[in-house]
Amino acid sequence: MATAGRIEDLHIVRVTKSFGAFTAVDDLTLTIPGGSFFALLGPSGCGKTTTLRMVAGLEEPTAGQILLGDRDITTSRPYQRSINTVFQSYALFPHLDVFENVAFGLRRRGVKGDDVTKQVTSVLELVELASLARRKPGQLSGGQQQRVAVARALVNRPDVLLLDEPLGALDLKLRRQMQIELKRIQSEVGTTFIHVTHDQEEAMTMADTIAVMNAGVIEQMGAPAEMYDLPKTAFVANFLGQSNLVQGQITGQEGDLLVVRVPGGDVRVPVSRSADTTGSLVVGVRPEKLRVANGNEANVNRVRGRVLDVSFIGVSTQYTLETPWDPERPVTCFEQNDEGAPDVKPGDTLELVWEYAYTFGLDGDEDLEAGTQFLGESSTDDEDE
Amino acid sequence: MSTKEAAPRPSTWHRTSRWIRNHLVVAYGLAALFYLFLPIAVVFAFSFNKPAGRQNSTWNQFSLDAWRNICFDPSMCTAVGLSLRIALIATTIATLLGTLIAFALVRHRFRGRALTNLLIFLPMATPEVVLGSSLLALFLNAGLPLGPVTITIAHIMFCISFVVVTVKARLQGMDPRLEEAAGDLYANERQTFRYVTLPLVAPGIAAAALLSFSLSFDDYIITNFNSGSTLTFPMYIWGAALRGIPPQVNVVGSIMFFGSLAIVLVAQLAGRARRKA
Amino acid sequence: MVAVLPSSGQTFQQGGGRRGRRITPYLLLLPGMAWLAVFFLIPLFSLAQTSLMQMRGASPDQGFVNAFNVANYTNSMQQFMAQYLRSFWYSGLATIFALLISYPLAYFIAFKSGRWKNLLLVLVVAPFFASFLIRTYAWRTILADDGWITTTISHLGLLPDNRILATPIAVVAGLTYNFLPFMTLPLYASLDRIDPRLIEAASDLYAKAFTGFRKVTFPLSLPGVVAGTLLTFIPAAGDYINAQLLGALQNKMIGNVIQSEFIDIRDYPTAAALSFVLLATILILVTVYVRRSGTEELL
Repeated sequence: MATAGRIEDLHIVRVTKSFGAFTAVDDLTLTIPGGSFFALLGPSGCGKTTTLRMVAGLEEPTAGQILLGDRDITTSRPYQRSINTVFQSYALFPHLDVFENVAFGLRRRGVKGDDVTKQVTSVLELVELASLARRKPGQLSGGQQQRVAVARALVNRPDVLLLDEPLGALDLKLRRQMQIELKRIQSEVGTTFIHVTHDQEEAMTMADTIAVMNAGVIEQMGAPAEMYDLPKTAFVANFLGQSNLVQGQITGQEGDLLVVRVPGGDVRVPVSRSADTTGSLVVGVRPEKLRVANGNEANVNRVRGRVLDVSFIGVSTQYTLETPWDPERPVTCFEQNDEGAPDVKPGDTLELVWEYAYTFGLDGDEDLEAGTQFLGESSTDDEDE
Repeated sequence: MSTKEAAPRPSTWHRTSRWIRNHLVVAYGLAALFYLFLPIAVVFAFSFNKPAGRQNSTWNQFSLDAWRNICFDPSMCTAVGLSLRIALIATTIATLLGTLIAFALVRHRFRGRALTNLLIFLPMATPEVVLGSSLLALFLNAGLPLGPVTITIAHIMFCISFVVVTVKARLQGMDPRLEEAAGDLYANERQTFRYVTLPLVAPGIAAAALLSFSLSFDDYIITNFNSGSTLTFPMYIWGAALRGIPPQVNVVGSIMFFGSLAIVLVAQLAGRARRKA
Repeated sequence: MVAVLPSSGQTFQQGGGRRGRRITPYLLLLPGMAWLAVFFLIPLFSLAQTSLMQMRGASPDQGFVNAFNVANYTNSMQQFMAQYLRSFWYSGLATIFALLISYPLAYFIAFKSGRWKNLLLVLVVAPFFASFLIRTYAWRTILADDGWITTTISHLGLLPDNRILATPIAVVAGLTYNFLPFMTLPLYASLDRIDPRLIEAASDLYAKAFTGFRKVTFPLSLPGVVAGTLLTFIPAAGDYINAQLLGALQNKMIGNVIQSEFIDIRDYPTAAALSFVLLATILILVTVYVRRSGTEELL
């Protein structure tokens, strides 16, 4: 149970989980700061749900340790840990009403009579469901069931609250609303929230720290804005938002800028934003950092190409260009429509520019396609692993 | 011709055929129910008959004698009592053993699952004469005297499979995450079973028990092999048929029918009331 | 909060718990499976042994000795081939009739009964709580030679012998009636699971009502059809009460023979051999049937 004051960190130390020959989680080490809203983000089958289930005690690691503060909880049973879970599809007990669902954990821990009523009522008020206490789960809407699931876990004042794709079953509008709601609840109770999701937008909206997970390992971890600005791997660059990537060769250095030869010309990358200073480099830039050249920019990177497609999206216009970088991988640009959209048609030649400071350099061995295959993955997929 | 008449209307034929199509299934359902209830109606009606001779198969005269004096033949009431007792014991044991097997099959992984499923299926695929005769062969070889004990053993044996199938279906329909959620909410294995699993599986277990009870109470073929000189209610009817079945048998049949109907209806209404509350 | 380091004792307990979980299924299985082994499997072996015994003297009354007398099988099959084939013929017919009666009934309950669904289900099962024997005797009354059903059909000139009782019609009718809920309930269960939107989708995709039924509803209800036909056919094939009470001497089925060989004549080897042939035939038919209909998960 949460002690007054400091909330303990959760340490996952060199944890591996195999199912037969398949390794779901591979030598994972991770520290989740106490009191943070932490998102474990990754595509279906990346091992994030398995990680969550090991923290909850529903699976046992094949190797490694899980510590809460300095207590080893690797092998303790689910009911022995002060960690509670909001299950995917909620798993509310259909034979118990809302009140009894929420009171379940309290009663198992021997809380009696008035204390149960008091605590359940106050947590139901927190999730704004006090008036529905005597309804059965079957009589509630999806959003209401979701809030009962949160209340049922939170009432136990756990050290850590685990949320397994908690919004997957809700429609888009309700999901936005619940994102805000969950953030509010988290800041009110202060408990560590670990949120597993494959929806990168959801992770960025809610979490103060994101860990991007792929194929059983953490690709990168950090604050959402930081990671978006400076991805460390092609997978993160492609999965967390979109990126234009190109393979290049470092030819020299001009002050704190690296000169990189790419097909069709040179681009410059700040040394501080590059994974390497010699040899090959994957150069990347976010689509919204690109803009259509007006002819009088200086000290910018440039790329020229033939327009394949123009889509007007209201606040912005999206251009897709075939460039010398790689004819197979079109370059995408989101141009803000703050000065009115220029008259560009497919087939036209267009020059795009961007500031040196927005460029990032990834290790030259990175697979440019990593993470792109999940772009079509709908955020309403509710099943995982 | 006025424009009003020109408005297109479905033809009478079309409407009639549509009506027939919509009501055909209903008519068929009602006909099937009539077929199902015809023998029951006969059983009930003839419980009020005062047979002219020994056979209670032609209508003679309305009478409440059979209902007023059910135990006119005390051996019939003894037989009913014995059948009830055997059914109760057999149901209790078979439901317990079958439920345990169903839990093992649905909730656990283990070697020999296919073999277990086969051994559950086989008794259901074996005709009753074979079940009865093979058990008789065992009892004769083992020198076990035939009587209520051998009957009960036989009934438990053929009820187990039906219990397993019924409870298994209910368990399989249950989300395993509910049990995980209970564990997550500080319930140990025993509490999880007591507060989550059992209440959710209870209707399946109740259905299995009801099925076992009626299978056991009604069994003639297997009992006939293993009863020796013991008289259960079906054995009594079979024996009585030679001298003429008394209308009291119809009374017991009617009571069983209306009694079970009442039990199921009350259970349904109670369930509905609980859901509404 | 006090830091609790994993003590060796705790680790041991955990290990024990895990080992405990591994033997739990066997503990759960043990009592029930032991019961089935002792009172189902061993008797089958006992029966197999009996089926190969030889008469000690000239008549069954003098007892039997263990032997390997395969002739019991060939002799009894030769002697009772007619009853054996008749059993499968009657039970096959009864299964088909039960399917024809039950399918529309189950369809009606699953899709057309609305809020009467539960009541109708209870009504379908309720008649079978009145004893099997009492019901069958009631059919004897209903189908009696001077009853209104027989006289009506007879007047229409549809009955060659002017009677139903003591004919194959009565036996098949009795079998059909007595095992009907075993057909209706599995059919209902599988029909009730079908999403009505699938049927709507079929009609949306230009399937006529009957085509929609043939291509969508029926295939989806197939598991229920397979389960129902098995649950009807198996007990019907071994039944002898209907043939005994509703049929004549020439309508006897293999169940009647086994019963009388065992109980009246006490020729145990012959009865046991006949039982085994019946069981083997049913198991082969069931396996072939289930394989061909592609619903093996039922087993």
